[in-house]
Formats: sequence, C-alpha cells, structure tokens
Amino acid sequence: MIRTNQTPDGQPKIGVYICHCGMNIAGQVGVEEVTAFASSLPNVVVARHYKFMCSDPGQELIQADIAERGVNRVVVASCSPLLHEATFRQACAAAGLNPFCFQMANIREQVSWVTADKDHATSKAKALVAAAARRVALHQPLERRRVAVRRETLVVGAGIAGIEAALRIADSGKKVYLVERDSSIGGHMAKFDKTFPTLDCAACILTPKMVRVARHPNVELVTLAEVDEVSGYVGNFTVKLRRRARYVTGACTGCGQCEEVCPCVQPNQFEMGRSQRKAIYRNFPQAVPNWFVIDYGACSGCRLCEDVCEAGAIDHEQEDEVEEIQVGTIVLATGFKTFDPRILPQYGYGRYENVYTSLEVERMVNASGPTGGQVLLADGSEPKSVAIIHCVGSRDKKTNPWCSKVCCMYSLKLAHLVKQRTGAEVYNFYIDMRTPGKGYEEFYDRLLEEGVQFVRGRVADITDWPMTEAEEGKLVVRAEDSLIGVTRRIPVDMVILSVGLEPQLDAHQMRKKFNISCSSEGWFLERHPKLAPVATFTDGVWIAGACQGPKDIPETVAQAGAAASEAIALMDKGHVEIEPNTVEIDEEKCSGCKTCLGMCPYHAISRDDQKGVAVVNQAMCKGCGTCAAACPSGAIRQHLFTDEEIYQEIEGVLSYV
Amino acid sequence: MSFLYYPGCALKSSSKGYEESLLAVLGQLNFPIQELPDWSCCGATAYMGIDEKKAFALAARNLALAEQFGAGETVHLVAPCAACYLVLLKTQKYMAEYESIGRTISAALNAVGLKYEGRVRVRHALDVIIHDIGLGEVRAAVRRPLEGMKVACYYGCQVARPFAEFDDQHRPRSMDDLLRACGAETVDWPAKVTCCGAMLTGTIEQVGQRRSYMILHEAKRRGVDVVATACPLCQFNLECFQGPMSRRYGDEVKVPVGYFTQVMGMALGLDDRRIGLDRLFIPLWRPVAMV
Repeated sequence: MIRTNQTPDGQPKIGVYICHCGMNIAGQVGVEEVTAFASSLPNVVVARHYKFMCSDPGQELIQADIAERGVNRVVVASCSPLLHEATFRQACAAAGLNPFCFQMANIREQVSWVTADKDHATSKAKALVAAAARRVALHQPLERRRVAVRRETLVVGAGIAGIEAALRIADSGKKVYLVERDSSIGGHMAKFDKTFPTLDCAACILTPKMVRVARHPNVELVTLAEVDEVSGYVGNFTVKLRRRARYVTGACTGCGQCEEVCPCVQPNQFEMGRSQRKAIYRNFPQAVPNWFVIDYGACSGCRLCEDVCEAGAIDHEQEDEVEEIQVGTIVLATGFKTFDPRILPQYGYGRYENVYTSLEVERMVNASGPTGGQVLLADGSEPKSVAIIHCVGSRDKKTNPWCSKVCCMYSLKLAHLVKQRTGAEVYNFYIDMRTPGKGYEEFYDRLLEEGVQFVRGRVADITDWPMTEAEEGKLVVRAEDSLIGVTRRIPVDMVILSVGLEPQLDAHQMRKKFNISCSSEGWFLERHPKLAPVATFTDGVWIAGACQGPKDIPETVAQAGAAASEAIALMDKGHVEIEPNTVEIDEEKCSGCKTCLGMCPYHAISRDDQKGVAVVNQAMCKGCGTCAAACPSGAIRQHLFTDEEIYQEIEGVLSYV
Repeated sequence: MSFLYYPGCALKSSSKGYEESLLAVLGQLNFPIQELPDWSCCGATAYMGIDEKKAFALAARNLALAEQFGAGETVHLVAPCAACYLVLLKTQKYMAEYESIGRTISAALNAVGLKYEGRVRVRHALDVIIHDIGLGEVRAAVRRPLEGMKVACYYGCQVARPFAEFDDQHRPRSMDDLLRACGAETVDWPAKVTCCGAMLTGTIEQVGQRRSYMILHEAKRRGVDVVATACPLCQFNLECFQGPMSRRYGDEVKVPVGYFTQVMGMALGLDDRRIGLDRLFIPLWRPVAMV
C-alpha cells in the first residue's frame, strides 16, 4: 500500500479512464466491471469508461476531471502506448497537468485481442489497471529539455543522392560539407550514357547539378576525403575528416598538359580497368572538380608534370590532412557497389574476353568512354549477336537473395542502345521481367516491338564449346527456355552480365562510425521500412539513395529530397526536445567502475576522471534503462522507471491475481 | 592422423587400373594408407534413388567401421571413386542435419553392434594428394616430367558437386594444378564438370552416349593426348564406347582416357603395369618428346 506522503505532492488524486475502443476492447473485457474495480483502488477519485477515449469528447472527459475534480494523476486503459501515449499526454498538458503524471495500461493488444476467455480478459485488465494506478501515484512532474541544433550539415557521398541532398539543404541557406572519397563527384550516374526509360542523357541532367553544387556559396565540396570519426549527438556532431593528398592544388586549370607528359600508365579504375590512364589523371574530361590528381602509388616521381604545369598547380609535397568540423545534421548517401561476377565462374567473366559487366558496357556506349561510344568486341569488330544475362548476383541464394531492382530496366536500356548502334541480334535472358515504374512497362513494350529477343530462364553457363558449325568461334549461352520447355544453346559474339547491386564493402565500418544500424547484408537500416524510410535510429542522421537498398535514380532523388527536408526542418526549428525519461547518476553512490559505459548502446555515458564518476549526456540518452539495470551500486536512477515505480507496478499486478 | 582407403566395388573390378595406379603413386610418395577391413558397398548413387534408407545404412556402416580406427581422433576415409565419395559425404551430412535420418540410421547401425559419432572425414584421393601430400612433394618426386603432353582434366559431376568440399563447383582446378606439377600442359576447357551420361549409357543408350560423345569431341577438337578422369564410371563411359560412338555420329573419336593417377604415375616414372596402363583399351602413349 502506498502511503500518500510517499508521493511527490503528498496527495495523489487519480482519475482512471477505461476505453471501449468500439468493440475492440468492450467486446471481450467487462469495461463496467473494470471501472467499478478501479473506483475502489486507493487514491482513485474518479473512474469512467467511454466508447473512444482518444476522440475529442473522450479527451474532454479527462480534462474536465482535471479542472473540476482536481485530478492530478491520470491512467488511461486502452491501446498500446505506441499509438496514443502522446495523444493523452498532450490532453493532460492542455488541461494544465504535467504530461508525465500520466500512465497508460494496454488492455487491447495485451488483453482483448489475445485473450479468448471473457472473464479471464476482464481480470487481466483489472490487474493492469491496478498496476498503472499504483505506479502513477509516484510519478513526478518532469520537463522536456531543449538542445540547440547547429545549422551545418555533413553529406557523405557525392553521387546523385548526395548532390541532390546537398543542393536542397544549401538552397535553404544552411552550410553543407559535401564529402566524397573519389577525386571527382557524380558517383555511378556519372558513368552512364543514357537513363531509363526516357533515354535522356545522364550527363545532360547530372553535370549541371555537379557544377551547381561545386559553385554553391553554401557548399564546401571536399573530395578525396573520408570521415574518420564522428562524436557528439543530434544537433551537435563533431566530425573528423581525412583529406587525402591530391598533389594538385586548386590552381589547376584542367588543361591536361601534365597528363600528356606523364610516363606512368595504369589500368583506369573509372573504366573498370578496361582502358589505361596516366598516374596523373582525372576521371573524365567533365569531372567536377576539374582538377587533376596524382595516383602516388603509380607515380615514378619524375616530376615532368611539374615542369609543364603553367599554373604551378602541382605540389608533390602535399600530405594527408585531418580536419575537424562541427555539424548539426548528417545525411549519408554512400551508394553501392556492383556484384563481382568472378564469383560465378560458369559465366566466364575474366576468362572470355568478350564477356562484359553491364557497367563496362555503360562506359562503352558512353561517348566519353574507352571506345568513344562504339560497342566493340575485344578484337575491335562490332558484335553481330549479343546476350544480356539478367540477375547475375541477384535473386540467387548462392550469391545475393535480393532483387537489385534496376537491372531489368538497365538491361532493356542497354539492349536498345546496343541494337541501335550495332544492329546486332540482342537476347535478354531473364527470370521475371520487373518493370514497375512510370513509363517502365511501356519501355519494355517498345523493346519487344524493336525486335529484341527475350528468353525466360536462368543461364546455366557460357562456354566456348561449339557443338555445331554455327557455334564455332562464338560464346555459347546455355539456358532453359521455360516458356517453351526446352534447353537452348544460343551462340553469340558478346555477353553482357547484368550485375546486381551490393552494399559498399565498408558499409559495416561506416555504420559503426555513424552509430546507425545495418541489415545483415550491409544495407543501412531505416527507422521504419514504411513510415520512416530516410530516418535512422540515431537522431540527426538520415540516409538516402542506394546505401539503404537497391534503387533507381528517380527513387534516389526522391529519397535525397526527403532526407534533406527532414534535416532542414530540424535545423529551422533550431532545437531538439529531449524526452525526460533519461537516467541520472547519483554521484554519491557511483564508484566509477565504468560498467555502464560499455552497456550503453548510444555511447551516452562517459567518465569524469576528475570526480571519478560516470556522466550521462542527456541529449544522447534514449532512456533504455540498460545502465540502470547493470549498475552494481544502484547509483543510476531512470526517470519514469525508478525502482519504486516498477515495484509498485509489479505489486499492482500481483496483489490482484 | 590415420588415412584409410575405401576402394568401393569399382576399384576392385572394372577399374582395377585406378586402384593399382593410386596405391603405386601413394607408395612412391611415401604416403601410408591402409585399406578399411570388411568394407561393404557404399550404398551407390543409383540405389539412393530407390531406397534412400538402405543406401544410407550401407554407407553409414563403412563410416562406423572407419571411425573405430581413430581412437577418438578424426579418421580420413579416402574414397577414390566419385560415386562412393558423394554417397559417403551425403550420408554423413544428412545424418548430421536431419534428426530423423540420423536417428533411423543410428538404430540400424545399433542392430549390428555399430555406432557412428561423426569423426570421419570423407576425402577424395585428389583432395588428399593436393592438400595432405602437397604439390611441392609431387613436383619433387617427378622423374619423367610429362613435357609435351596435353591433358584434358575431366572431373565429372560428382567430385565437386553438390558439396564442393575442396574445389570450385563449376570450375574446379585441383587436377589441373596437379598434372601441371607433373609437367603436363592442361587445357582450360568448358567440359570439366559436364555429365558423362552416367548410368544412362546402360539404360537409355542414345542419351548417355551423346553426353560422352560431346565431351570427347571437344577434347579431340582441343587436340589433347589424354582425358584424365577421377571417377570409374566416367572413365568407363568415355573409354569403352568410342567405337559405337564414332559410327553413331559419323565422327572418328579415338582419345585415350585414363585415371589422373595413371597420368601422375607416368610422371613419377612408375612401370606401365604397376599403374595399370595395360588395362586401357585405347593405349595411352607418352608423347614422342618424352620418350
């Protein structure tokens, strides 16, 4: 039994409100019986039941009792707190009662929906109401705290997602640090020639954005840089950036003289190693920033570039620099990598020179690519027949189980481009054609009319093993044609493997740096798959684009916009409200043992070495209670979950049963 | 570590040459191995399709017998026949993974006073020569390098699939590495793991023979001196029907088909009869350059 003098104000007056939720609760729980029972509980001055407590008249019942009957503690027995705790807290606050002098008992999800027997359900509801009433008597009035939010954003990754998010935020007047680890921005999209389904030129729509973001007065573009470390919390992050040495300064005019004299030749990574570049290079002529960069691993140190550079932009003495920046919000747009088809040796990639990945062919059809836009075989001739193999590294339990979402459409696009440029017979080998999206199915229809061949079946292997004369000197694609029920052998000159999308190799390290979650595959995890698709479980950190899962350009841009506007909204508001269910450390009791430091999933606890006690950062504490449970000295007290409150709750349940 | 030799029926009869060459090669490499006493049929791949339980029980009997030699340690059971290898591996995996199979087969073993606790590692001879003896040892033991000899390594379907214990399922390379270490040239061909026709050669001849013919035709096209196999049935199918095959498809096929251990034995300088070369229908000659 609680003695009234144990409660903060010495005189709790509790109002208990039982909700029918239409028939959801009342159909199974004897609401009148529970109400009568509640009236009999200590300190309860009023108990009522009503059809829908969450409706306006329902809320007004509570507010009237607060105003007229002096109710100073409220219990609502209804649905899950996830659904309506905020609603009822607001109702209390509107009537002048501290919103934390409120407790909810869940008699729908935990009782009426899951209990078959009506009597049993009613007694369970009574126990939960008793528990809530006993604990609410001890509730203290609590205040939400406010923490200021800085007006700078860090955007990690400058592909189309990062560029889009950076532009939106910068346009709203906030400073953006746009960090990219490659020497130029644009990401995968900068490699493409055309985009599906409209076939507009990727460069024509991307380059203006690249130029604009680089010139934007509010954007600080940091290329060849990576995030080393992130500390702090929503609104106040401290980020360590490592800028790798470029060995070329911003004085570079991009004239390209250095490249001509450089004697060191390397496989060009931007072209997936299918062409050569010099040790001093830029990814492509329209690269942003249009400064050259020296690949020091490949450089002989001859310094010929220094001699010819009229702008004096070459600086062989440059070193990596670590810089610390302060930001209020973070958008992660770190993108994806493509599947390495060497893992599937039956497709012969790396063994047969005319087996290409889709990304390599994207470069081939690009006017600024290694073949100047021509589709050519390794011997320089044009293919007369081309096979495009879908789902390489997708929808396959041996590699990646997921659908990479973009491959069907980009395969169609490549089929169109290859046929247009070479007149070759083009075969698509697919499992299912997946073309949902505006204008996508229509594009598929167009390809069917253009005479591109479609074979439904996964390809077994690609060999140079001829069985007939027609197959001599060709690559033979063997596949089941599941529409006509036979195995087919189709000889072709060129094979394109439509490789799937995968998380970046370092996704798990990134996740740890930013303290967000990943799916087991390595895709960054959104807070809710439907209702919070760009937020993460760490406040102040948003995700956009393919780092969250495979997606095409329109979807990526939409997500980048969503992440940007959430970041803008928070910075415009200027502060975050911190829920007061955080923990407090009793410095008298704390022995400084550091047990709690390792337990905290949010890195909110540190140790004050001078005082020898633990210190909680209230802005980072999420009120999970892990530390409070673990503290061997009982020095940690969690608001709304004090030991006494929990004991009373338990006793409430037990005293009834 | 003890290595036990499980011959299976084929190596004692139709593929006597495989046994002779394997034991001769292992002896030459000073690798001690002992035949599992009282071994019985492995359960056989074909029988597996008719009565899985009896097939598992037969295989498990051999596993249980082998385990007794370990004195509590792991025992390596070397099965040179691809079918034995697959059936023994499958039995072991299914007993461990499916509780009901494990229980049934344990009860069957119990009835004859045996038990199996999972301490046997089923190994293919190829795996043992590469990973336990090592290519370095093999290279050091080569007396007459197979210079100028072009070999098509043919693994068949069962060595690498479905379990892929020691090599890639689709593109194995262990035999290529081994025979290159013996000085031969190996061809990188796509027929390495294609089915030879297996039992179909005996049941639906035209289907089975076509499979074998396709493989041999490709080997011939690539100008090889020998097709090296790691499976008695593959060797039989590929070697014994070349006459009928040539008539059926109007294409003269005459390619020597031997066991990889026979090809190895030639490099180690072993006498032809010791490695069973005299048992081949299509004589396997050393290329002129070697003689």
